[in-house]
Amino acid sequence: MSVPREIRLSTTPTSEAIASLRLGDVVYLNGLMYTAREGVYMRALADRANVPMELPSESAANFHCSPAARINADGSFDIGAVTATASFRFAKWLPEWMARTGAKLIVGKGGMTSEDYKEYFVPNGAVYLSTVGYGTGALLGRGVERVEAVHWHEELGLAQAMWVIKCNRMGPFIVASDLNGDCLFERENAKIAENVARVYRGTKPAVMKRYGETDDRTDEVI
Amino acid sequence: MIPIQLIQETAEALMDKAAIEIPQDYLDGLRAAADSEDGDLSSFVLKAMLENYEVAKEDRRAMCGDTGVPRWFVKLGNETQVEGGMVALEAALRRATANSTSGVPLRPNRVHPLWRTDHNNNVGIGAPEIEYGFEPEPEGEWVDLITVHKGGLFGTDYRMLFPSDGIQGIKRFYLDSLMAFGKRGLACQPAIIGIGLGGSKDICMTLGKRASVLRVVGSRNSDPRIAELEDEFKELGNSIGMGAMGFVGKNMVIDCNIEVGFCHTGGMPMSVHAFCLSSRRAVARIHAGGQVVFRTDPAWFTDYQRRETIDWSPVREAAE
Repeated sequence: MSVPREIRLSTTPTSEAIASLRLGDVVYLNGLMYTAREGVYMRALADRANVPMELPSESAANFHCSPAARINADGSFDIGAVTATASFRFAKWLPEWMARTGAKLIVGKGGMTSEDYKEYFVPNGAVYLSTVGYGTGALLGRGVERVEAVHWHEELGLAQAMWVIKCNRMGPFIVASDLNGDCLFERENAKIAENVARVYRGTKPAVMKRYGETDDRTDEVI
Repeated sequence: MIPIQLIQETAEALMDKAAIEIPQDYLDGLRAAADSEDGDLSSFVLKAMLENYEVAKEDRRAMCGDTGVPRWFVKLGNETQVEGGMVALEAALRRATANSTSGVPLRPNRVHPLWRTDHNNNVGIGAPEIEYGFEPEPEGEWVDLITVHKGGLFGTDYRMLFPSDGIQGIKRFYLDSLMAFGKRGLACQPAIIGIGLGGSKDICMTLGKRASVLRVVGSRNSDPRIAELEDEFKELGNSIGMGAMGFVGKNMVIDCNIEVGFCHTGGMPMSVHAFCLSSRRAVARIHAGGQVVFRTDPAWFTDYQRRETIDWSPVREAAE
């Protein structure tokens, strides 16, 4: 059994550093990273609000996350555990977001499809880093040196706000896409698929079908 | 009479424990999985999770940033009275949930389904859920508070099967659920898989959820034939070849628990639930005298909860 390669990476990485990443590498991040989920994309892209930080010079790392955190009465922040949320839900916003902000590291849960990678990650020189577990919330929380700012929390609530965090050897993350547009999860799925027929042997389809099990909506599902 | 202040204090302590401390039974199960795992990436993931549990306890920070949707199961002895009545108990549990959300801190996950209103405290319409059970034994005044912070998005499914689908149909839907939610690790496996069989549709979901969150790793259904199925299904899930995060591996299911309820004669409804790598549950029994005993086994499924008869007579049941 081989042990994955370990790499330190800046959240404003050089194109050479990104090009050197291989699927399955384990990455630890240094620098500023911002969180962005539904609320941030809708506010920035649909409502055309100004993004309240300089991107990508301050950070090229977009984290699909909302932390377990609080804003204290004196305005200071406490951050506990940090875990990503599933990224596939943000695919509709990411092409425009990447074009506008120059994000190079998309960090989240579960990755995107190889079509996404080829269509807008690779042309933007970006790769996907997956959190591990899921989720190593306490480990990642330990990697947060401090909270730099929380934007839009009044408009969006704590969970949807844009948290800007200073990462200090924050990780682990796993490289889940590369500059070929290859997808780690699809590679693993393909290996597992070889075994599926054997596992299902002897089982039988349900007597009552459901939509999705036939593509023709004029079919009866009984 | 159980003092209401003690209920709230205990509930806050439970919220903290559930978010931070992995239950020992799940930890033992995951250690065994890590020892047997030979997939490169799966193995790395399991080791990182084991390290994560230690860090959570050392730092007193939540195991996972998605701290789930807190809910409560309350079990009362037959003679128990609560100071202020059950309305006061519900207020205490809601207050404890809100206080601990900022105290631990937890992520304020609960929002209105349409307006997305977030009270930033995990309390709102129907949240946290509070469910009740009652027990004839042991006698005396006591209440069990059980909090579970289960994730809410992936890993759960329901299907109306029919008697002619049989065990092979049950197996297929079980595998379908693991395949659907296991890819890319959306179910946050290896998990405690709970299966509900029977009941009406809502109760089928309830049985499966309770099977995953209210039974510990290594427990077995009191019906020996169901217990055999639990063993078989655990092995079946682990034979898919899928491990943590959907990487190649041999550990998908830390344990499989099945609970049943009588259903309509024409049907065989089934639900599947996955209690994730951060299986957040914590339990305490509060006695009327003020004694509080913490534990991690909800011990929910007693013979009384699974009773089949009209009246409950433990002496007669034991004699049969």
